[in-house]
Amino acid sequence: MLRRALWLGLRRGLLGRELGTRRGGSTLDWDGKVSNIKKKIQSILPGGAWKPLYDTSHLPPEQADVVIVGGGVLGLSVAYWLKRLEKRRGAIRVLVVERDHTYSQASTVLSVGGIRQQFSLPENIQLSLFSAEFLRNINEYLAVVDDPPLDLQFNPSGYLFLASEKGAATMENNVKVQRQEGAKVCLMSPEQLRKKFPWINTEGVALASYGLENEGWFDPWCLLQGLRRKVQSMGVLFCQGEVTRFVSSSTHMETISGEEVTLKRIHEVQVKMDCSQEYQPVECAIVVNAAGAWSGQIAELAGVGKGLPGTLQGTKLPVEPRKRYVYLWHCPQGPGLEAPLVADLSGVYFRREGLGNNYLGGCSPAEEEEPDPGNLEVDHDFFQEKVWPPLAWRVPAFETLKVQRAWAGYYDYNTFDQNGVVGPHPLIVNMYFATGFSGHGLQQAPAVGRAVAEMVLEGHFQTINLSPFLFTRFYLGEKALEHCIL
Amino acid sequence: MAASRASLHQVARNSATSSIRALSRGVDPEGSQRKGRTLLQFLADHFCDVEAVREYLLRKQALKVHRKNRSFTYIKERYGPYVAGAYFVLKQGGAVKFQDNEWIQSGRGLSSLEFRKFREVPVQAVDASGCAINYQGLDNLLALKELQSLSLQRCPHVDDWCLGRLHQLADSLQELSLAGCPRVSERGLACLHHLQNLRRLDISDLPAVSSPDLTQILVEEMLPNCEVRGSDWAQGLKLGLEEQSRDPASSPVPA
Ligand SMILES: Cc1cc2nc3c(=O)[nH]c(=O)nc-3n(C[C@H](O)[C@H](O)[C@H](O)COP(=O)(O)OP(=O)(O)OC[C@H]3O[C@@H](n4cnc5c(N)ncnc54)[C@H](O)[C@@H]3O)c2cc1C
Repeated sequence: MLRRALWLGLRRGLLGRELGTRRGGSTLDWDGKVSNIKKKIQSILPGGAWKPLYDTSHLPPEQADVVIVGGGVLGLSVAYWLKRLEKRRGAIRVLVVERDHTYSQASTVLSVGGIRQQFSLPENIQLSLFSAEFLRNINEYLAVVDDPPLDLQFNPSGYLFLASEKGAATMENNVKVQRQEGAKVCLMSPEQLRKKFPWINTEGVALASYGLENEGWFDPWCLLQGLRRKVQSMGVLFCQGEVTRFVSSSTHMETISGEEVTLKRIHEVQVKMDCSQEYQPVECAIVVNAAGAWSGQIAELAGVGKGLPGTLQGTKLPVEPRKRYVYLWHCPQGPGLEAPLVADLSGVYFRREGLGNNYLGGCSPAEEEEPDPGNLEVDHDFFQEKVWPPLAWRVPAFETLKVQRAWAGYYDYNTFDQNGVVGPHPLIVNMYFATGFSGHGLQQAPAVGRAVAEMVLEGHFQTINLSPFLFTRFYLGEKALEHCIL
Repeated sequence: MAASRASLHQVARNSATSSIRALSRGVDPEGSQRKGRTLLQFLADHFCDVEAVREYLLRKQALKVHRKNRSFTYIKERYGPYVAGAYFVLKQGGAVKFQDNEWIQSGRGLSSLEFRKFREVPVQAVDASGCAINYQGLDNLLALKELQSLSLQRCPHVDDWCLGRLHQLADSLQELSLAGCPRVSERGLACLHHLQNLRRLDISDLPAVSSPDLTQILVEEMLPNCEVRGSDWAQGLKLGLEEQSRDPASSPVPA
């Protein structure tokens, strides 16, 4: 992963230097046209499959219909569906603003790439099923003429959730819901578990649920790059810079019940260019907040939560970065090829990584032990104290293992109910959210992008009804609680 | 609370419609093409057309495969899963064997008499070598609950996602060949552990498998009761052939 990031960075660096001499500003339009035509000629010439991955003009356009803040998998997915569902080719001008094109801190590339349907909320199951279909046909959805097909590296090995006696009833209920929604999940007794996976110590396990299809893990980079490549070919504009300010106007209104509310509309997004003090204003009609772990900050910039506590005006977007560690270890006697992603009742999870008896896994810390999210340093003691003991208890072979590598990433953690926030803000009328998915945003991105695009273009959800995930739930206090969180 | 929720919905709806209006305003500036039809514009338009046509062709290719993999619901309803499955395989160019019957090759097809005759007869073996079966078309095979032998050799659209579905045949399947499938990798092979009744498995000649020998060992470990035919067999054969063909040339002919 690191190597790839470096390689990308290098490639971008080269490109950047090469194009550094080009002028911006008034000739932008002309430049844009020329590069557009160049690209087209390139794509038609035989052997012209190589295309620069990054936009040449470093300045954003002065106008865009939709500005998407954050070019992670969620932002790109929204861009993809906006272009795909637009009524006429080229009808909407979409700009994606991403401050770091190497994605060094983006959750997307630091995740473990899992996809599962074992959730308790029907909405989450539906999102995941839709995404599985998308990923299965990724080379049709994200096909670009002349570019090689994507290799998603999907491992259809399934998730195995273990439950104690106390959790067994909940698990049974969840599986019932999952099956109703069309997921292929089976329940297993400890006896069956021992037979199928003899390396598991079943002590304390009363029941297990095992996903048979459409569950496993894949390469997040591939999805990210595939989306990037596709949306670029669809005419989405990219810009490297940081969104630092919103210019908006407000109007005072009264609701039917006589409460006074202030409606805001964003007119302009200010983008601070990379490595300079330069600001570029971008006029826009709609802003999509897909800034992942940082979306709380973006919301605050737009004025979300500035008001008396307890009012809609004063309701914050409860999304914050939470640091999660992933450890990669080697264990010669570890589970074989059949090993699924195992989620233990202690909260520890692990899965196979490749063929060479390597495994990766981790565990979410307890609420009061949350590490400081200020940096992405790894706490190795956390493995020794919190991950390894329950891990080796569940899989005795892991008593002898050697940690080889570790990294940390940020969950876009929704402190309210650990579920996504989708759709418009009720008061800042042209800001839409696609964030807060805590530990499962990657797998749901294809479906969430579509839902947000439907909301923007049609004004309501069409494919999957995500009304339980609207922002208003924070004010109303209606939790969309999910039982299966890793 | 109810009232405030209603008003919230009102607000949300308002915001949606007004943002759409704003959107359509933003879309318009296309009309400001005062420069006329410059050469560049012409070229740009023209290339757009070419690109659109190529994209269309690409999509059409994919559609063709989908169309080939549609299920024959009518036949299934009328004659049951066995006949429907057999019909699908034959139509695709494969061969089927009903229990206690001879193989039926694709060229022949099923007569209307056979349609009725085989309604209750389970399909025992399917040879779908080289067929365009994909994830969706696999439905037809997965409905054959007594299927013992399945050959998917050299199927261009069989991928790891497909292998993830074979667990549905776990009770019956004894023989499986995936030899030469270009899109099958070790990741898909990993879920064959569901097939506990498997006695013979052919995974030779899979170009997408990164380390064939290691994979074979791991698959053998995973399926201890199964004879796995893997890479070295095919390689040995190829080597043998090469040696044979090289032999006469390498031994100088005595003059
Ligand atoms: C260790 C770990 C394991 C995970 N495992 C899984 C898993 O198995 N399955 C799963 O589905 N999910 C998993 N996730 C969660 C998943 O990674 C995230 O939910 C998902 O990637 C969120 O996508 P995103 O696009 O919103 O965020 P990101 O990928 O973080 O993208 C947000 C982008 O916004 C940019 N940005 C932020 N602020 C600004 C600004 N002001 N201006 C411009 N750009 C800005 C950032 O640079 C960043 O690139 C995991 C996460 C972690 C940390």
